[in-house]
Amino acid sequence: MRSTTFDNGLKVLIQEEHTAPLASVWCWYKVGSKDERPGLTGISHWCEHMNFKGTANIPRDQVKGIIEQYGGTWNGYTWIDQTTYLETATRDALDRMLFIESERMASCLYHPDDCESERTVIISELQGGENDPDQLLDQELTATAFKAHTYGHPTIGWLPDLQTMTRDDLYGYYRRYYVPNNATLVIVGDVETDEALRRVNHYFGGIQPGTTPSRIVTLEPEQTGERRLTIRKEGTTAYLKVGFHAPSVTDPGFFPMLILDAVLTGAKGLNLWSSFRVPPPQRSTRLYRALVERGLASSVTGALVPTAQPFLYSVSVTATDGVALGSVESELIAALDRVCRDGITDAELTKAKAQLRARLVFDSDSVTNIAHQLGYFETIASVDIFTAAPSRIAAVTLEDVAAVARRVFSSSNRTVGWFDPLPLGSGSTKSDV
Amino acid sequence: MSPDHRASDVVLRTSAAARGGLNPARTVLDNRAVLLTKATHTTPAVTVNLAIRAGSIADPTGLPGMTWLLSRAIDRGTVTRAAAHIAEELDGRGITLTITVTRHLFSLVCTCLADDFEPVLALLGEILMSPSLPDEEIATRKGEVITAIRQDEDSPAVRATEALMALLYPAGHPYGRRTKGSIDVVERLTRAQLLQLHADRFAPSELTAVVVGDVETARAADVAARVFDGWRKPVPAPIALPPVALVNERRRVVIPMMNKAQADIAYGFTTVTRRDPAYYAFWLMNNAFGQYAIGGRLGDSIRERQGMAYYVSSSLDANVAPGPLVIRAGISPANVDRAVASIDEEVGRLVREGLTPKELDESRRYLIGSIPRALETNAAIANFLQTAEFFGLGLDYDMRLPELLGAVTLDEVTEAARRALDPDRATVVIAGPYE
Repeated sequence: MRSTTFDNGLKVLIQEEHTAPLASVWCWYKVGSKDERPGLTGISHWCEHMNFKGTANIPRDQVKGIIEQYGGTWNGYTWIDQTTYLETATRDALDRMLFIESERMASCLYHPDDCESERTVIISELQGGENDPDQLLDQELTATAFKAHTYGHPTIGWLPDLQTMTRDDLYGYYRRYYVPNNATLVIVGDVETDEALRRVNHYFGGIQPGTTPSRIVTLEPEQTGERRLTIRKEGTTAYLKVGFHAPSVTDPGFFPMLILDAVLTGAKGLNLWSSFRVPPPQRSTRLYRALVERGLASSVTGALVPTAQPFLYSVSVTATDGVALGSVESELIAALDRVCRDGITDAELTKAKAQLRARLVFDSDSVTNIAHQLGYFETIASVDIFTAAPSRIAAVTLEDVAAVARRVFSSSNRTVGWFDPLPLGSGSTKSDV
Repeated sequence: MSPDHRASDVVLRTSAAARGGLNPARTVLDNRAVLLTKATHTTPAVTVNLAIRAGSIADPTGLPGMTWLLSRAIDRGTVTRAAAHIAEELDGRGITLTITVTRHLFSLVCTCLADDFEPVLALLGEILMSPSLPDEEIATRKGEVITAIRQDEDSPAVRATEALMALLYPAGHPYGRRTKGSIDVVERLTRAQLLQLHADRFAPSELTAVVVGDVETARAADVAARVFDGWRKPVPAPIALPPVALVNERRRVVIPMMNKAQADIAYGFTTVTRRDPAYYAFWLMNNAFGQYAIGGRLGDSIRERQGMAYYVSSSLDANVAPGPLVIRAGISPANVDRAVASIDEEVGRLVREGLTPKELDESRRYLIGSIPRALETNAAIANFLQTAEFFGLGLDYDMRLPELLGAVTLDEVTEAARRALDPDRATVVIAGPYE
């Protein structure tokens, strides 16, 4: 992998992979929902939508098919630390992909009619998410766990902000953050590095840098006691979610926490883009045996996502039909207390490392996945963390895991959320926090 | 030759020359099990995909969901290994075993490191051939299945789709049944019934074992042959599918779910079988209509121009029996009527006018050009080979596919639309906060 920084501040990562006649191009921006102030929640994500609507040199009616004609796919996503766009297509589409991303960086239009049309699309996306009780609980739990940090509000935004945000808000935000000195361009695939760099320079070299975007700097104060919320709403299934403030990706506790999560719920690997598609190996994990094998839950999952600043480690449980949430929570907390008290075993450490090694291989099976990983880590911290991941995982000790378990799983650091369903047809009530 | 033919010829040649074809090795064992192997060296990993022709159509009469419950329990113990032992074997290697049930196939799929290939294939073979199905495991899995059914009952998307399928395939047709079954049936199922289902339907003649990855073809075939060669069972009796009923009127069903924020629309028709010569015309038609870019024509109208939905698309699932074409959209309750009217309008326009040459050319280029991307990973190749084997498409199907798509004409697409689509014969289901 070669790393180059252009004069305008654009960082470029290129990795040649000649296993298929394909190339994947990702353009990453260091802007996500953590950069949003009150009143503008959801603006990062809305801008992402607007950046598919035509540019100065890609007329609106020519957006459709611009990459599909090469058999390619394109997409984008926004989360708390980052916004990113990708194209994966046959290698002969490299120029087209770079052209699209350079236009997206410098020349999007934000036509007022498009902004209005997209408002209702995004509200539809938000409502679709609310149809899922587990997603609703996740949103409310995160908001309860964070009092100060902007990680607390949902990436899609709060509905009142989505109803009132203006075109000028959107365009101003776009111009502030979509500058080469706030971006990383990643190319992986059947390309030749020097030639690819020349093409990048052709398309991006003339884009002027912007003022380094200002950042909201708010540290989340230490949590001083357990927080709880209960959503009582019509539904059929009870859900439990427990969140703990967790180490950021640059914290020495991150990789021990990754091992601990593997022991509790199975190794997910480090790929936010692909790991949700294949569930982790988890039949022999502690929480699966404590909750699913005993019939208390139909599923349990853990989530530790690499983030720039301390986010949450969360455990999500679907209660088996007819099982009270209180008994599920008691067993879950007891299992976490045990790992705080006793740590993990040598055999568990060995197995977790083997699982993570395998997941790193499985998650690198396509040019798209490889490119995602390089850009993701460079955007939230440094690509070096990703390339060093195998050795960092191998170096984790039993003591490291025990220490991070004690640090993270204290009762004063947790937020407990219940989705306690009311019978269908009974009418819904608001959350209790 | 029309302009769209010339354009696709260029893509066709480029695509075929670049790929060189999968060229999998195919072996048929004495017991009629089929082995398909393909070596790749992208990563030091191997995907194993074992499919038995015993999907949900194999559910005994009156017992929908039995195959699904079997899929949840089959890997929880064999004649020589306890559930905990299997869990350790898989977890210790970082492997997730995914077991799925479609209408026709019961599949065990996993990806493992190349070093683990032999013991993993042996384990999967034992799970497939000799499950023990302990009572206590069945009881736990029943709880999971019942919870999943309850979750489905609270999902507008699932409710709309299931209701649509029941209407398109009525009177007990297996395509109209919920794959998970119903709670009352699941509660009553016994170990003896599951063992009987396995004894009746799982046989080597029904197995296709696909191995793709960092293992040489001859060795993969040898290992697979050792695992499955000794499996001896009679060929199961074929399962007859009833004819698919013709729909001669428009039907509209509303499932009020007032606790939800958004409504889901499922709007559909029955179409053709996968082996129908018109399949490729249907495929191209569906791509242009509800897939291309962000949802094809439907996406242009309902999402891009009218801003009514985050998602709207159509899917075509041609199968052994004529499968459905389903249009789905998530819509604010205030816009449901407008959205249905827009779908009606687009369906009507497609039937009246067909596609434009540009649309057909774009979809053809996209589908042909996306073949290398669709066959990039071991798991994707294995799935492609399973599909080709199941429908008898041939070992060179990946190489012939561009030609098959390239030969479709505008008239054939229009004929496909007229054959299956008609707003006056549409079945429409709306589930959500709408009355």
